[in-house]
Order: sequence, then structure tokens, then C-alpha cells
Amino acid sequence: MSTEAASVVPIPRLADAGKVTQIRVAVSEWTKLHSLRSSRWSLLVAVVFTIGLPLLFATVTATHWAHMSPHERADRHPLDIALAGVNLSQLAIAVLGVLIITGEYSTGMIRASFTAVPKRLPVLWAKLGVFGLVVFALSVPSVLLAFWGSQAILQNRHILQISFTHAGVPRTVIGGALYLVVVGMFAMAIGAMVRNTAGGIATFAAVFFVIPPLLNLLPTSWNNAISKYLPDAAGREVFSLTHGPHDLAPGPGFALFCGYTALAIAIAAVLLVRRDT
Amino acid sequence: MIEATGLTKDYGDKRAVDDLSFAVRPGIVTGFLGPNGSGKSTTMRLILGLDAPTAGAASVNGKPYRHFAAPLHEVGALLEARSVHTGRSAYNHLLALARTHGIPRRRVLELIDLVGLHEVARKRAGKFSLGMGQRLGIATALLGDPATLLLDEPSNGLDPEGIHWIRNLLRSLAAEGRTVFVSSHLMSEMALTADHLIVIGRGRLIADTSVEEFVHRASGGMVRVRSPHAMRLRELVTGPDVTVHSGAPGVLEISGLSAVQVGEVAAAQGIVLHELTPMQASLEEAFMELTRDDVEFKAGDGAVAHEQAEGAA
Repeated sequence: MSTEAASVVPIPRLADAGKVTQIRVAVSEWTKLHSLRSSRWSLLVAVVFTIGLPLLFATVTATHWAHMSPHERADRHPLDIALAGVNLSQLAIAVLGVLIITGEYSTGMIRASFTAVPKRLPVLWAKLGVFGLVVFALSVPSVLLAFWGSQAILQNRHILQISFTHAGVPRTVIGGALYLVVVGMFAMAIGAMVRNTAGGIATFAAVFFVIPPLLNLLPTSWNNAISKYLPDAAGREVFSLTHGPHDLAPGPGFALFCGYTALAIAIAAVLLVRRDT
Repeated sequence: MIEATGLTKDYGDKRAVDDLSFAVRPGIVTGFLGPNGSGKSTTMRLILGLDAPTAGAASVNGKPYRHFAAPLHEVGALLEARSVHTGRSAYNHLLALARTHGIPRRRVLELIDLVGLHEVARKRAGKFSLGMGQRLGIATALLGDPATLLLDEPSNGLDPEGIHWIRNLLRSLAAEGRTVFVSSHLMSEMALTADHLIVIGRGRLIADTSVEEFVHRASGGMVRVRSPHAMRLRELVTGPDVTVHSGAPGVLEISGLSAVQVGEVAAAQGIVLHELTPMQASLEEAFMELTRDDVEFKAGDGAVAHEQAEGAA
């Protein structure tokens, strides 16, 4: 208590405070996503890889075609070239997926987010939805550009031409974009479980890049039986035109990949609600 | 109105908040005091539902915080630990939070002006000084025009001008009928700002009282007397309920008697007094007196603290 003269600080009043809705939380997440330099860069890198790598491979293939053996030529497939970028850009998408969640934990932003939305789950749904839509909106045009761009370069040499209307081609090309969307969500779910950037990226890398080659050390019959069910292998079927005898078909493969992702999201959701922040 | 009933929180073996019950009323500034590590921040996180209590409950205006349809309109919070993404500008930080409630952009700009951040609003919050961070935190707390404010150490890192501004802001908010709950480990700051005090130590409630009563209770009604006949006076007043200390020659500090009683004894015996002062402990002293046993790690108490740390590990 004091005797000094108190000067009144005028606090502006808010005419009408609205309620928290899922749509509003999604708009908030969109504001968060595009206002960070790291997300803009990751998305730009993903787009550049998705488009640039196929154009590069198409150019190299076109210039070296004359020197290739028939066996080597037979090994080249136009869709492998068109979707080569997806393999690299999935890393940028996954890192961003992890970072969108773990960045909030490492900076403490999560406390502000959960104070504004104390029910918490709307924040997770909004993050998944907004990120999924953004990745979809960027990767669909990217894979289409990669397809037509690489085809145009190869056409100069009249090699490796395939029509977009050819059976399975639209599914394979758009499948590349869908794969990136689901990879991003899978990574985001891992980020929400682990809550730590380094741990999240390491876990993602272990599931997608470390475990699959390790299975090659198993007896071949075991490897053939198990490997196709891994998230990475199952998910990739959707952007492969041809499938080996030990692979899943595109539909079931992608469905299994989506199932793994849904399971990861469900675990993340339960932990998100239960854990202290 | 904030209510805690039997609020308890354990982190592993360590009890951070221990059966805490209190009510924070609207229209006044309630100070939440305790030494560092006494559980103030944990209590605030429990009220906001960021942490789940081990036992007991906390409510705001009769409901658990997470049940509100427009939470930012109910409670505005400034947490001690930074709650801002370092890569985002102050403007975008506020805008993102505003959007969850459909709060217009205009409101964000108003608050940036109110807290004096307009020049740096487009800079990344990671580059902010502690004081600028606190101002951004206060703008965040006021975003939804909340009926209740929960501010953890708001004057941390502010310059004297900023501290003065915060003090006026808190009083203005309370004068508008809002519930204002402010934590601090600095008694002197609370003495100037708060009307009511909730004091905790080691997670337990020590006092829930007005500021005047808190000081009175802790000072124990001591009277200081200066007299050339101090030794004689000492003999006369000493009794079973009275203790007398002599700090300096000719000075007595008497507890257990009022200034009136001491003066009357002296007059009756014709003892000359040069000074007769009822002592008020400063708020700071009162606080230290009350929390002496509850400070987690005391200076010069290294051995005990070390033992406890080992026990906890």
C-alpha cells in the first residue's frame, strides 16, 4: 500500500471477445506457420528439391544417353526421374513437421498456445490440418512441374516418354505429393510425442532411414516378409509405378502408411492432453 | 475470483505445492509472495491447467480454466518463464494468439502501443531484452480484456520507470473490478502494490492476510526505548511475558508490552525517556521472519542444502 499518487493507466477495452473455435485455432496456426523464417525456408527447400532434382536428372540422362549401355538404358524409368526430388524433399518436410511442434516447446511458446486454447487438442488438429494443406498445396504443383519439366527435357532426345494419361501415371505423380503430406504429419506426431527437436528428427530418421537398410542384414526370406510393412516402404508404393513381387500394392501400402500415421497421431494426442506443459 | 482448494503438486519425490487453499478476490491487488522455489510459478501453472494437480483443484470464477469457451477473456497470464517463440515478431506473436479468439488486429496494435513496443513490434522476439519481453508478456495477458490477471514476477527485468508503470497498471486493473494476482519474491515491491497478501514457503500456505496485518503480526509489537536510566527501566519492566534486548548502551528493545505501558511504568518511577517508539517491522523483515524456515537454500547453509540435493537425487 502506498501513499504516492497513483496515475491511472488507461486500458483499452475489447468490444466483444469471441469464443475459441477450431477454425479460429487453424487461422492462428496459419499465422504462426507463415510468420517464421524457418518454415518459409523449409518449404522453399522442399519445393526446389521436388522440382529441381528431376530437371537435373533429366538433363544428365539426356546428355549421357548416347553413351549408355542398353542395360543401363533399360534401367531408367521416366517416373523415377520425375519423382526423384520427393526422396530428398521429404527430409525438409519432416524436419519442418517436427519443428512446428518442438519449436513451441523449446521456446516456451507452447505455454502461451495452451493458455489460449486450454483444451489443447484443437491446437494439434489445427497444426496437422494447416501443415497438411500447405504441403499439399505446394507439392501437387511441384510434382506436376517436375513431371512435365523432366519429360520436356527428355523429349529433346526423344527418350523415356510417357503420357500423363497412361495407366497409373496420375496416381504415381500425385502420389508423390500425397506421400509428402503424410510424411509431414507423421513427423509432426513424432515431434508431439518427443517434444524435443533433436530427438524428434533423430526418431524420424531412425524409422525412415536407419531401420530399413538394417533389415537387409536379416535372412532374405525374413527381410522380404517384413520390410514391405515398414512405414517407409509401404508409403513409397503410392509413388512407384511398378511393384516387385515382395512389395505391397499402392492402395494397401499407402493405407498402411496412413494407418501408422493415424496411430502416431493418436498417441501424440493422448500424451498432449495428459502431460504437464 | 481465483480459488485453490487443497492444491497439491508432486514432481517425482519433490512436493512443489502442498495442500494449498486460498481465494483471490476481485477489485484488489493480491500479492503472491514466497522465496524463490517456493511453488509460486507451479501454483500459477496449476491454475491455468498447464500442469495437472496431484491432488486438489483450482478454479477461476467457479470453473476449471480449461472449461471456458473464451479463456483469454477470462484470464490473462504472464508466466515467469518466457512463453514466446524467439523467431516470431512481437506483432505476429500477439496476432497468432488473438486469432484463436477472433480478436481483431486493431486490438493487437492498441496493446503494442499501450506497453510501448511499437518501435520493435516487427523485430524477432528473440532479440528482445528482458524488459521488452516482460512488456510483450503483459500485452499478451491483456489481449482478451480478461476479468482476471495472473502475473508471475511482472516487474522482473524492468527499469524503475517500467516498475512504476506496472504498479499503476496493476492498481488501475484492480480499480476496474478485475481480479489481480501478482507473484513476487520482493516484499518491497509488493508493499507498494498489493492490498492483500498470500504468502507461501516450500509450497505451503504461511499467511493469507492484509498487508498491514502481515507486518503487525510479524513485528510482534516491539517498543524501542532510549533512556539514561535504561538499566533501571529494564529491571522494572522485565516479567514472564516480556523480553528485553539491549542493542546499544542506553537503548532497550522491549517486546510484550505496548508503548503506552512502558511509558506509564517510566512515568510512575520518574525515569527520563529520550525516545519511546513502537516498532513496525518492515514488510521485508516480516517476510524474512515468516519464511525463515521455508527458504529452500539458505546462505551459509551449504551442508544442509547439499544433503537435501543428494537425498532428492
